[in-house]
Amino acid sequence: MLAILGLIAGVVLAIIWRPDMPIWLQPYLPIMIVAALDALVGAARAGLEHTFSDKVFAVSFISNVAIAALIVWIGDLIGVGSQLSTAVLVVLGIRIFTNAAVIRRKVLHA
Amino acid sequence: MPESAAPKPRDLGGAIAGWLRPNRKQLVWAVALCVVAAAIVIQVQSSAKDDQYAALRRDDLVQLLDGLTTETDQLTAEVAELERTRDALASGADAEAVAAQEAQKRADTLGILAGTVAAVGPGVRITISAPPGALTTDIMLEAIQELRDAGAEVIEINDSIRLVAQSWVGQTQEGLVIDDQAVSLPITIDAIGDSHALTEGAKFRGGLVSQVESDRIGGSVDIEQLDEVEITSLATPRTPRYARPA
Repeated sequence: MLAILGLIAGVVLAIIWRPDMPIWLQPYLPIMIVAALDALVGAARAGLEHTFSDKVFAVSFISNVAIAALIVWIGDLIGVGSQLSTAVLVVLGIRIFTNAAVIRRKVLHA
Repeated sequence: MPESAAPKPRDLGGAIAGWLRPNRKQLVWAVALCVVAAAIVIQVQSSAKDDQYAALRRDDLVQLLDGLTTETDQLTAEVAELERTRDALASGADAEAVAAQEAQKRADTLGILAGTVAAVGPGVRITISAPPGALTTDIMLEAIQELRDAGAEVIEINDSIRLVAQSWVGQTQEGLVIDDQAVSLPITIDAIGDSHALTEGAKFRGGLVSQVESDRIGGSVDIEQLDEVEITSLATPRTPRYARPA
């Protein structure tokens, strides 16, 4: 219940508040979002497997996002930013699909 | 991964109750979802609002700029080439128009000289009355010669015979013949040129007027100076049989 409220609160906050995204964050936000989605899907899988830990979830969520942004930032520094961001996106996408497949098997038994 | 809750089977109602009851797990989920949702909304809004280049990296922008510069160079070169072509076409058209104008002028001049076009201009109308047979080819030729000396550019006899370079004057029993056409009396000569000079050319002592009005012929000459003499009769040009442009 709180989770749903949090989701709605996030959307409403962003719409009402309309924060201006800082320029330095612009190239990293999409990657960070995908990393966060990966953490969410992984947490959902853990919850279905009854191995969910809020501490692990919080740490993995933050570190996932931070590492994704860090990798892309370093890539920008050494001149392979767009390639590295593609690589990160591919890896995260694969992980999301894998976790989603596990969730699907657990929920739908198919 | 430490297990926070032992996996134990629950009935559906218990699951829903547990789901509804706030706890730390729920709170963590709520915070995470809130952050992600806010981030997604911000990103969507910014990519919808901002122009598409705002989120691009420096490398991409440089590449984009390079592409645009190259394209600009190509287009500029194309514009320059097209302008050159346009200028060439325009000057060509001008030259053609000038040439056509010159050719038209030449054609007009030659047409007036050859008697193939009608002509108009200031001049004189000379009317010669004389007893039949009194006027001879000599007098006629001399009159034409004097008019030409006085600067007559176009000469016409009796509103029907255009005098050109090949014109000839002859005489038969009935009277004068010019270019195979009989000349009836009285004779009118229309001439385009300076009307004063033409009048003097006919009137001088021993000229046309004094010859015709002498006792030997006993005719009369009437000279009319006109601001506008219109000559519409045409001569038929003959293709030269022997002469050709050298």
